[in-house]
Amino acid sequence: MRYLPHTEADRRAMLATIGAKDVDALFKDVPAAARLDRPIDLAAGQSEMAVERMFTRMAGKNLSAGHAPFFIGAGLYRHHVPASVDQLLTRGEFLTSYTPYQPEVSQGTLQYLFEFQTQVCLITGMEVANASMYDGATACAEAAVMAARVTRKKNIILSGSLHPHYVETTRTVVKHQGLEVEELAPDPFGLEDLMGRVDSRTACLIVQNPGFFGGIRDLTQLADACHEVGALLVVAVAEPVSLGLITPPGAMGADIVVAEGQSLGMGLQFGGPGLGLFATREKYVRQMPGRLCGQTVDQDGKRGFVLTLSTREQHIRREKATSNICTNSGLCALAFTMHLTMLGETGLTRLAKLNHAQALRLEQSLRRVKGAKVLNQTYFNEFALYLGDEVDAGEVVEKLAAKGILGGVPAARFYPHWPELRPVLLLAATETNTQDDMDALVSALSEVL
Amino acid sequence: MAEITTFSGNRGLQLEEPLIFEQGCPGRIGVDIAEPGPIDEDRLGGLARKGTIGLPDLSEPQVVRHYTRLSQKNYGIDSGFYPLGSCTMKHNPRLSEKMARLPGLVDLHPFQPRSTVQGALEVIDLLAHWLKGLTGMPAVAMSPAAGAHGEWCGLMAIRAYHDDHGDSQRTRVLVPESAHGTNPATAAMCGYSVDPVPATERGRVDVAALKAKLGPDVACIMVTNPNTCGLFEDEILDIAQATHEAGAFFYCDGANYNAIVGRVKIADLGVDAMHINLHKTFSTPHGGGGPGAGPTVLSEKLAAYAPLPFVVHGAGGLELVEHAEQAGGAKPFGRVKGYHGQFGVFIRALAYILSMGADGLRQTSGDAVLNANYLLASLKDVLSASFDGPCMHECLFDDRFLKDSGITTLDFAKMLIDEGFHPMTMYFPLVVHGALLMEPTETEAKETLDGFIAVIRALAAKAKAGEADDFKAAPRLTPRRRLDETQAARVPVLRWKHGANEG
Repeated sequence: MRYLPHTEADRRAMLATIGAKDVDALFKDVPAAARLDRPIDLAAGQSEMAVERMFTRMAGKNLSAGHAPFFIGAGLYRHHVPASVDQLLTRGEFLTSYTPYQPEVSQGTLQYLFEFQTQVCLITGMEVANASMYDGATACAEAAVMAARVTRKKNIILSGSLHPHYVETTRTVVKHQGLEVEELAPDPFGLEDLMGRVDSRTACLIVQNPGFFGGIRDLTQLADACHEVGALLVVAVAEPVSLGLITPPGAMGADIVVAEGQSLGMGLQFGGPGLGLFATREKYVRQMPGRLCGQTVDQDGKRGFVLTLSTREQHIRREKATSNICTNSGLCALAFTMHLTMLGETGLTRLAKLNHAQALRLEQSLRRVKGAKVLNQTYFNEFALYLGDEVDAGEVVEKLAAKGILGGVPAARFYPHWPELRPVLLLAATETNTQDDMDALVSALSEVL
Repeated sequence: MAEITTFSGNRGLQLEEPLIFEQGCPGRIGVDIAEPGPIDEDRLGGLARKGTIGLPDLSEPQVVRHYTRLSQKNYGIDSGFYPLGSCTMKHNPRLSEKMARLPGLVDLHPFQPRSTVQGALEVIDLLAHWLKGLTGMPAVAMSPAAGAHGEWCGLMAIRAYHDDHGDSQRTRVLVPESAHGTNPATAAMCGYSVDPVPATERGRVDVAALKAKLGPDVACIMVTNPNTCGLFEDEILDIAQATHEAGAFFYCDGANYNAIVGRVKIADLGVDAMHINLHKTFSTPHGGGGPGAGPTVLSEKLAAYAPLPFVVHGAGGLELVEHAEQAGGAKPFGRVKGYHGQFGVFIRALAYILSMGADGLRQTSGDAVLNANYLLASLKDVLSASFDGPCMHECLFDDRFLKDSGITTLDFAKMLIDEGFHPMTMYFPLVVHGALLMEPTETEAKETLDGFIAVIRALAAKAKAGEADDFKAAPRLTPRRRLDETQAARVPVLRWKHGANEG
């Protein structure tokens, strides 16, 4: 087998050193009743060529985004990833290393994590950020638990602007932690009134900006209202490219910012792995979950980096830890930071503007579709389109797919209990869309509606 | 050897590399982006960003060189032997990387209509088929993102079962002292209290103590098997039976499943739930600390409580169940993360599994255990083995061999770095003093192991000869020498700020 170096002679020599008759003898502690004496009844190993053929066949059954006019967002966005990002990502010293437990031979990982943490602070307008979490949804849930720890209060309020997967994940995570979750109705118009919701029992209010339906709002007053009653404002960002154009949550008074970092560096990957960004105020750093990288000096006084403040973490604190998380999303953080470094200040702001301009173009194009109207007052690169009173957006999407167009996501896929959302379609535009894509969508929509 | 200094601070191929924030120059760019059309301030709600972000501007060649230089400061499996116990640092096949980059698999959105992602759902379904077949378990929750996340998924299913059966007084979880820290942290997240179970002198769970702690308030036990000492819990069937008789579940931490894959069906050990670290057993890259994946196999009793979403076979092909009301009679306990699981990791793990096959996987665990026992046999006369063999996939030593030498486990590990090896896991598990846990894995050739053994033997002799100062000074040949972790924690500097981070 190509991944196993031993010859039979090697095995015999090693067994002789050990003093064992055969390999099976090394498994003598396994109860005989549970020991299998032959391979499990599943397929035998295959060559590279054969495996490649199987995957190529499975890949062929999909309609990939690059082969269709594509307008799906809803928390994950298709952006162009520069070629050098993926090329660098496959360097073995990055790919095949692990958590930097030995900092002297891990300065590469540690330095990029330090740079990553700084970039996350800069784009979110926050003071400290961790070295990443699993994804935006789990980061959001961790923020809720952290807010309860900081405030010693129990009520978590989830805005209707929050991604339904973030809502469901948070609900599951806090379920047995003695916290109460109040989930507000979905908010396609961006009209939700949150000012009156927080009170002295509130640990945090979690809102998303831009919201799940695309709307953007000023959170300054909301932050003040939270702070007046001793609650934290948590802001979730599902599209980090928006931070190149929109006032960051930190500048509007957010106490914790969580985000999905997938937009930069990673591509769609059918939704996973993701990259959870997590940032907060300096005064809360010891309550923050997740790995942290810090600057220090080595024995010779040279600047270097280490994992730090690990007394918050499970391997030291066990059941009293801030979270059970062990790994982060190291390689995804690397992809993110590399893409953001390629963009820089000039590139991120230009890319964000271009995304917004693309969405404006899409809205403009959709005016040609009779009966459809955009529900949003505000948006960045995504909005909710109302298709007409009796229209089922789910059926429309299927008809578009039959024409080879991946034309958004029906809101009802997330909210099956809200019949009034059946005609609502979520559409996103990014720099990857062309005017031809938009024209194809418009004419296909006009045909099926 | 005289210390060699250079004007630049570089040392041949060891290149000093500033932070990106120290290299930028406004106006450079690494990605060409079309000039955007006009934006609409009203559509932005009057919230257009004011002021700059503070990101540095670099060109593509600068960025490529920056990360290339950073990569050269890292040790990976591709660089050399990486016997980091409990972490399974084995060769990561490049076929897996190639498959995970097929446009037809990677360029897919999780919310595309089902009809357009049948091949992706087939990847998930086929991997689930293998995980169930290999473990003999009837169900698997695919979405957990990592080992600790899978533990939590398993315990949430257990808690859902108990709550559903009016058994909510079960609030205690028994966790051996040798467990990974994630186990107690996970139990706490589920609202459970943790009751530690001591280890015997044989490095195994004290079964009598465990049985004495079982009772009507115990929700489950969490036992790692093979355990963190690298030993198989030989009384596992007895443990499982006693646990079940007490009405509790057996959660098995599957971190060390790689030692027995293809040779033991987990179901035959009486396990009710176990996560599988795909990144370990099925060799997907560890990537500097993730991403991993932790699918969790479940017994018949727990299957109905598996989290959303999951793939089912429908009339028109594969379907994805995303809401409880589409789940038939099942009672999913909720959702554990966004979207449909660590799909990119699934592709890699499946490519590895299909390459190995049932026969190859059996050979894999055999060779992993052979290599660990070879290290144990070749080193036990110079190091202090904590327990008698045979061991499973890793072998554990403690620091008795360093007694009165003035040298610690840490010093010994740092010395290995200068010799070109990544150190073993240090100070874990906690049940022995100054632990050195070595996991060679099956992808290391005998010559590599022999080279490592020779170095360890030489270092052990050096330690015995009282050359403590050399150990204290190690490592000396790395881009950075020992780092001041105390300072890092006392005055945390967690980000770059203008003018504040000079080295």
